[in-house]
Amino acid sequence: MSLSSSSPLLSVRNLKVHFPVKNDLFAEKRVVKAVDGVSFDLYPGETLGIVGESGCGKSTLGRAVLKLIPSSAGTVVWLGRPLEDASKSALRSLRREMQIIFQDPLAALDPRMTVGAIVAEPLDTFEPGMAEQDKRARVVEAMERVGLPSHLINRYPHEFSGGQCQRIGIARALILKPKLLVCDEPVSALDVSIQAQIINLLKRLQTEENLALIFISHNLSVVRRISDRVMVLYLGKIAELAERDEIYRNPRHPYTQALLSAVPIADPDKERAKKRVSLTGDLPSPINPPSGCVFRTRCPIVIEKCQSVVPVLEPVTDSHTVSCHRWREAIQLLME
Amino acid sequence: MSVTPLDAAGVAMPAQGTSLWTSARRRLMRNRAAMGGLIVLIIIAALAILAPYISAHAMDDISWEDIGAPPDWANGYYFGTDSNGRDLFARTLYGARVSLMVGVLASIVSLVIGVTYGAVAGYLGGAVDNVMMRIVDILYSLPFMFFVILLTVFFGRNIFLIFVAIGAVEWLDMARIVRGQTMALKHREFIEAAHAFGASSPAIVRRHIIPNILGPVMVFVTLTVPKVILLESFLSFLGLGVQEPMTSWGVLISDGARDMETAPWSLLFPATFLAVTLFSLNFLGDGLRDALDPKDR
Amino acid sequence: MTVSQEQPGWKTGNQTPLLVVDQLVTRFATPDGSVSAVNGVSFHVNKGETIGIVGESGSGKSQVLMSIMGLLPHNGTSTGSVKFDDREILGMSREQLNKIRGTRMAMIFQDPMTALNPYLTVGQQLTEVLTFHQGTNPAMAREQAREVLEQVHIPEPGKRLDMYPHELSGGMRQRVMIAMGMLCRPDLLIADEPTTALDVTIQAEILDLLAEQQAVTGTSIILVTHDLGVVAGLCDRVMVMYGGRIVEQGPVRDIFYDPQHPYTRALLLSMPRLDDDLSGDLPTIAGQPPNLAQMPPGCAFAPRCAFVSEQCRQAVPPLREIAPGRAKACTLDRLVA
Repeated sequence: MSLSSSSPLLSVRNLKVHFPVKNDLFAEKRVVKAVDGVSFDLYPGETLGIVGESGCGKSTLGRAVLKLIPSSAGTVVWLGRPLEDASKSALRSLRREMQIIFQDPLAALDPRMTVGAIVAEPLDTFEPGMAEQDKRARVVEAMERVGLPSHLINRYPHEFSGGQCQRIGIARALILKPKLLVCDEPVSALDVSIQAQIINLLKRLQTEENLALIFISHNLSVVRRISDRVMVLYLGKIAELAERDEIYRNPRHPYTQALLSAVPIADPDKERAKKRVSLTGDLPSPINPPSGCVFRTRCPIVIEKCQSVVPVLEPVTDSHTVSCHRWREAIQLLME
Repeated sequence: MSVTPLDAAGVAMPAQGTSLWTSARRRLMRNRAAMGGLIVLIIIAALAILAPYISAHAMDDISWEDIGAPPDWANGYYFGTDSNGRDLFARTLYGARVSLMVGVLASIVSLVIGVTYGAVAGYLGGAVDNVMMRIVDILYSLPFMFFVILLTVFFGRNIFLIFVAIGAVEWLDMARIVRGQTMALKHREFIEAAHAFGASSPAIVRRHIIPNILGPVMVFVTLTVPKVILLESFLSFLGLGVQEPMTSWGVLISDGARDMETAPWSLLFPATFLAVTLFSLNFLGDGLRDALDPKDR
Repeated sequence: MTVSQEQPGWKTGNQTPLLVVDQLVTRFATPDGSVSAVNGVSFHVNKGETIGIVGESGSGKSQVLMSIMGLLPHNGTSTGSVKFDDREILGMSREQLNKIRGTRMAMIFQDPMTALNPYLTVGQQLTEVLTFHQGTNPAMAREQAREVLEQVHIPEPGKRLDMYPHELSGGMRQRVMIAMGMLCRPDLLIADEPTTALDVTIQAEILDLLAEQQAVTGTSIILVTHDLGVVAGLCDRVMVMYGGRIVEQGPVRDIFYDPQHPYTRALLLSMPRLDDDLSGDLPTIAGQPPNLAQMPPGCAFAPRCAFVSEQCRQAVPPLREIAPGRAKACTLDRLVA
């Protein structure tokens, strides 16, 4: 994936999403910093994987990029146009270019509507007055594209398995031919044998339609399968961002290394022989994040500097940035 | 090519799906208590509608020879007569008209106000919701009986006032239920999905929220009808109900209770009708709840 | 020895197995008729052994556990035999079962929040187990509870005893669950997807903890999971379930390096891994997981199987021994990778 060729589809700069916390009467006003200063570019046809553990803000980031939840600061520029300035109706019309699919495929479908009606709904919004016949043809085409036989058009979501429901969700998201699809843990709720089907489907659709994907997942193996670049989030901040092969082969941030080494490998000998970077303690509260580097409370190679100085994203190579004071020696230190 | 046709599973699905409504109806049909209740209700409703054709006497005909007569099939007083010599059979059926009508109409009034109010409060949320629900709380705290007595003092005894009074109280419950359901639905992913492809708020409420709360609402309506009938009977029992010679089950029971010792049938028949109706409605409501929400069993 | 004829493939030596499950069938009465979730499952667990049960949704893996523990919902019934330490426990009364559950057999659930009482402190729940089952006096029990929390590496165990479950993080709660399970030093620990709800770094710690606890106490573990990676690291033997039956079982290395059932093989291939080759598509298994209410007459995997023959669609292939300690339920003679 070359990143230089075209202009970015999406430019996110210093995006922050802070939620107010219901506070006690006299306590000071507190916020959860779900996303705290994230910047990245996304190019047409590219897949950006976002990984991190629960509470790292990856789902919030995906929704904030689509403006489904308001951001507190920062900008999202869509094809050169800042979305912060867009009016409500302008934003609505932009929605046909950016879509989302969800983790729980059944919950994302209205249980009282037929598959045909569900898939056709974006058409009703953006192309009202379309003739029934044309609409049906579009729906059938969308269904077939995701591998759903068109004779199932009059059935209801609860009659389908999880994988099929996710296909319905994808058909609905793609019927307007968007340029960007945010996938929020799209395979996490599915069985292993079905995961592979959906991953392959997304990859194929992406190449066929030059679709850009933001693929959010906690599963590093799945993200590796589908992404061109990978962003590792920790407590709302980017820990590391690099091209796929680079980040999996040459992780620089101690958190990335811990994550990668914690993934169980389906190979008894390798799994039992592998060396693990173990972390201490739990994820700190995003209401009260640690000073300095947010990762320092769990970092195995923490030094004094980490407590006082907030690390910035430093370039390792042109396309690899990491936010750690000790990224140069992290691998060596952790392997000892 | 890696599209995996779903037909590979070998289980060919029929083209027409079973909607949640269809399967709920099927489950309801299998529920004997609910179906029994429904049949009884249909019979009682039919009797009430056909009252003038099947009773041998008019409901307000006074027969001086038959004051407080026991049931007598020969001269058409199937349920006997009351202390004014009027046919109790005819009066019970006419009473059914009033009671059922009050029940159904007041429930519809509460349904319309309650669903609109609750859905708006639940969907908009925030400060609007807060204000709207505090109003409901205030209305709750008003003494209902006092309110009804005031109304009847000002406007006289009027059947429409009873609808208004009862409907005005019952919608509060409905609004609370609908609001809760709406708030739960609002955070479901399919609503979020609708936002994501740019559907407007009115469209979301109309297409997604209302159809999905209809189930619980229907259950609540079937359980509201007996409550309202009972309320009307209670008001009539207190003498605040319908005007003579019109009658309702509450009025009949009230009169019957007075003559209980000399003419037990004048209490027995209307009370039986009322009890059977209430039972049936409750069975139907329970059946509907089970049918619409099988997970909760 | 009580291993039945239908249970091929196990050379148990002279050792008496701790748990013997024989022809377990579990059915559920649903509004749409009876559904069988487990169709004749037989296996055994030796002392100090970790066995893994792997399967997807609808495989019946969790129902096997629930049947063993006597925790089926009211519409479920089990037939067959479950012998724990040579005593039949299937169909035992609740009182009798309670003497075994919690002392000799303990269970860890996927979601610790549902298994812990939100209204009691961690300490109250831990000491309750001891005072109830062993009649320990409260002060002693508290001390023992503190020790066991320390064993599962909970920092400041004394302080945690007075906390409520919701005040702990997910990983910490799962540790408390494990502590609770280990408290009475059970002979058998049953873990139902113990790490599925946890983050990957926490999962690794919990798996390490399970292995460590086993090394210390010598307890047997049944680990049920959908994640083959978890099984690879922890288990001695593996059973693969599909459609309510065991389709393949054997030592862990054999299952992973020489899978003999088409389903096991396809499952291993279709799983994205950190070390796999990214060229080309991920191999997939066509079709959908089995619907227990509409099972095909023959092999449950037949509709999705790449090697299906007419024979497979007619009758369920029996689980047969293919090598010492290995069995599969497939008509194919040999599957070459």
